[in-house]
Amino acid sequence: MSPLTGCLLISALLFSVGLGGALSRRSAILVLIGIELMLNAANLNFIAFWRYGPHPEALTGVIFVIFSIAIAAAEAAVGLGLIMAVYRHAKTTDLTRVDSMKG
Amino acid sequence: MTVPFLILAAITIAGAVAAMTLRKLVHCALALAVSLVGLAGLYLDLGAQFVGLAQVLVYVGAVVILIVFAILLTRGDEPASPRVGRAVSGVMISACVFGVLVWAVVSGGAAQGTAAPSLAPISDIGHAMMSRYILPLEVVGLLLTAALIGAVVIAMEEKRRTK
Amino acid sequence: MTTQAVDQIFVTIKHWLVLQSPAVIQPAVSVLLSVLPLLIIFPSLFAVTTVLERKGLGRMQNRYGPNRVGPYGFLQPLADGIKALIKEDIVPVGADKLVHFLAPLLLVMTAFLEYAVIPVGRNMVVADMDSALVFFFAAGAAMEVSIFMAGWGSRNKYSMLGAMRAVAQMISYEAPLILSSIAVVMIAGSLSTTTIVERQAGYWGVWPYHWYVFTPWGMAGFVLFMIAATAESNRSPFDLPEGESEIIAGYFTEYSGFKFALFFLGEYLGMFAISGLAVTLFLGGWAAPLSFLTFIPSWIWFFAKLMTLIAGFIWIRGTLPRLRMDQLMNFAWKFMLPMTLVVIFSAGIWRFMPSGIVRWVVCAIPIVLLYWLLGRALMGGRKLEKRTYRFAE
Repeated sequence: MSPLTGCLLISALLFSVGLGGALSRRSAILVLIGIELMLNAANLNFIAFWRYGPHPEALTGVIFVIFSIAIAAAEAAVGLGLIMAVYRHAKTTDLTRVDSMKG
Repeated sequence: MTVPFLILAAITIAGAVAAMTLRKLVHCALALAVSLVGLAGLYLDLGAQFVGLAQVLVYVGAVVILIVFAILLTRGDEPASPRVGRAVSGVMISACVFGVLVWAVVSGGAAQGTAAPSLAPISDIGHAMMSRYILPLEVVGLLLTAALIGAVVIAMEEKRRTK
Repeated sequence: MTTQAVDQIFVTIKHWLVLQSPAVIQPAVSVLLSVLPLLIIFPSLFAVTTVLERKGLGRMQNRYGPNRVGPYGFLQPLADGIKALIKEDIVPVGADKLVHFLAPLLLVMTAFLEYAVIPVGRNMVVADMDSALVFFFAAGAAMEVSIFMAGWGSRNKYSMLGAMRAVAQMISYEAPLILSSIAVVMIAGSLSTTTIVERQAGYWGVWPYHWYVFTPWGMAGFVLFMIAATAESNRSPFDLPEGESEIIAGYFTEYSGFKFALFFLGEYLGMFAISGLAVTLFLGGWAAPLSFLTFIPSWIWFFAKLMTLIAGFIWIRGTLPRLRMDQLMNFAWKFMLPMTLVVIFSAGIWRFMPSGIVRWVVCAIPIVLLYWLLGRALMGGRKLEKRTYRFAE
C-alpha cells in the first residue's frame, strides 16, 4: 500500500466516524463536533495530495488547508452562537426536540 | 507507511471514535482535542510544519475551548435513552459511505506515491499568500470579521430584546 | 581558554559526548543531552525563584520572608518539596478521576514543550524550527485545555469558576500577545527564534542599536507583550483565576500534595518560558547589552535578562492590587487590542522608511496618538485624585 493510499484510507475512516456521529447523536454540540471531524478528514486529504502529488512546490494544498482552518474556526464560532441562541429559545440542545419553527 | 505515521493515525482515529461515542459531552470535547492533536502530528509527519502547528493553535486553542464553553453554558448532557433506530441508521449510512470511499481510493489509479522529499518552507507559504493568494486571504479576513460580529450578535440577541 | 570556548562550552561538551557514544544510539543521545539540561535547570530556577520571590515580597511588606531553613532560608524550596511529597494526595469523590489526574501532568508537559524553541545561548536551542513562534503559541494553547481539565475534573464550583476565569482571560490576552509578536515577525522576516535573535545582533558604538525594544513600535510592543504575558501566566494583578478572597484557589482548589506542587511548577515554568520569549523577541536574546561586555558567555546574558524580567514580575506583584473581572476584559479588548494593532501598523511604516530620526518620530506618532485618545476615551471624564484614608492618617 502506498503512503498516499494510507492517508486517503485514514481520511475516509475519519470522515465516516464524523458522519456516523453527526447522524446518530442527538446533541447539537456533538453534531458540530462530527462536522469538525469531517472537515479535518478533508484537510488531511489536501495535505496528502500536496505531499504526494506531482507539484509539491506549488503549495496549493497547504494554502487551501490554512484557509480551511480559518473558515472552520469561523464556522465553529457561528455554529456555537446559533446553538446558544437555540438553547435560550428551546431550553434544550437535543436536536430531536427542537422541531418547532414558530417562536 | 512508517511507524510514527501509524501511531499518529491510531491516535487520531481513536480520539475521533471516542469523541463520537462517549456519554459526557466534556469528555467528547477532550477526545476531539486528542484527535485533532493526532491529526496535527500527521501533518507534521507529512512535512507540513506550519499547518500542523496552526492546527493545534486554532483547533485546540480556540475551537475546543469554544465547544467546552458552549457545553458548560448550555449544561446539556444527552438524555439517557438514545433512540436506537436513529443510531443504527446513522452508523449504517456512514458504513456505506466508508465502503464507497474505500472502493474509490483502492480502485482509483491516481494513488501513485512519489514521496517528494520536500518540506513546505514557511517563507514560501508567506510569499504565496501575499502574492498569488492575496484575494482569498483578504476574503478570509473579511469572513472572520463577519463571523466575529455575527457570532456576538446571535449570542447576544436575547439580551437586547429583554432590555 | 578563549572567551569563545567558554561561550560554547556546553555545545562542545555535548558534541564530545555524542561522539563518544555508539553510532546506533547517537541521535537518541543527542536529543537526551539537549532536553535533560532544560529539565534540570528550569525546575531549579523555579526553586530559587520561589525563595527570592517570597523574600522580595516580604521586604516589600515590611517583613523578613523565609530565613530559617538553610543559609538565608535558601533551602526553603527543599523543605517545601519534601512537604508536598509526603502529604496525602486527596482526590474528591465526585471528581472525574482520569481528567483530574491528567490535568497537572499536561500543564507541566506543555510548559516544558515551550522551552524547545527558546535559544538560551549561542547555538543553544533544542529545536531550531522554521515556525518556532507558532510552536510556542500552540503549546501555550494546550495549557489552556489543561487548566480547563483541572477545573472541570475537580467537580467543585470554585474550581470551575476559576477555570472559566482563567480560560477566558488567557484567550483574551492571547490575542494581544500574538499580535505584538507579529510586529517583530514582520520586521525580522522570520518565525524562527534563532533568526530573530540574529537580526538583532550588532552594535552602534557600544549600544545594541538593533534590539527591537529600542524602536518605537518595539518599545510599545514590549510593554504590551509583558502585560499580556503577566495575564497569560496568571500573575498578579491578573491573578483572578486564583483570587483567594473570592474563589479559594481557583482551578487547583481540589489538588493536594505533589499535584499541587506540579501546578505551582507549571505556572512558574510558563512564566519563565514567556519571559524567555520576550527576551528573545525584544531584548536581543543572548546578546550582550553593551559591546565591550561580549566576553561574558551568551547563556549568562540570557539568564540575566530572564531574571531581570522575573524581578519585574515580582515587583509588580508586590505593588499592584488585583483587577476586577470586567476591568480585566475591558482592558484586554478595548485597550490592548487596538494598541497592538497600531503597533503592527507602526512596524509596517518602519519597514518601508529610510532609517534616521524622521523614521523614529513618524513611527512613534500613531502609537502615542492612539494611547492618548484611548486613555481619554476609556477614562470617560473621570478624574483621578490622590486617595485619602480617613482613619489611617
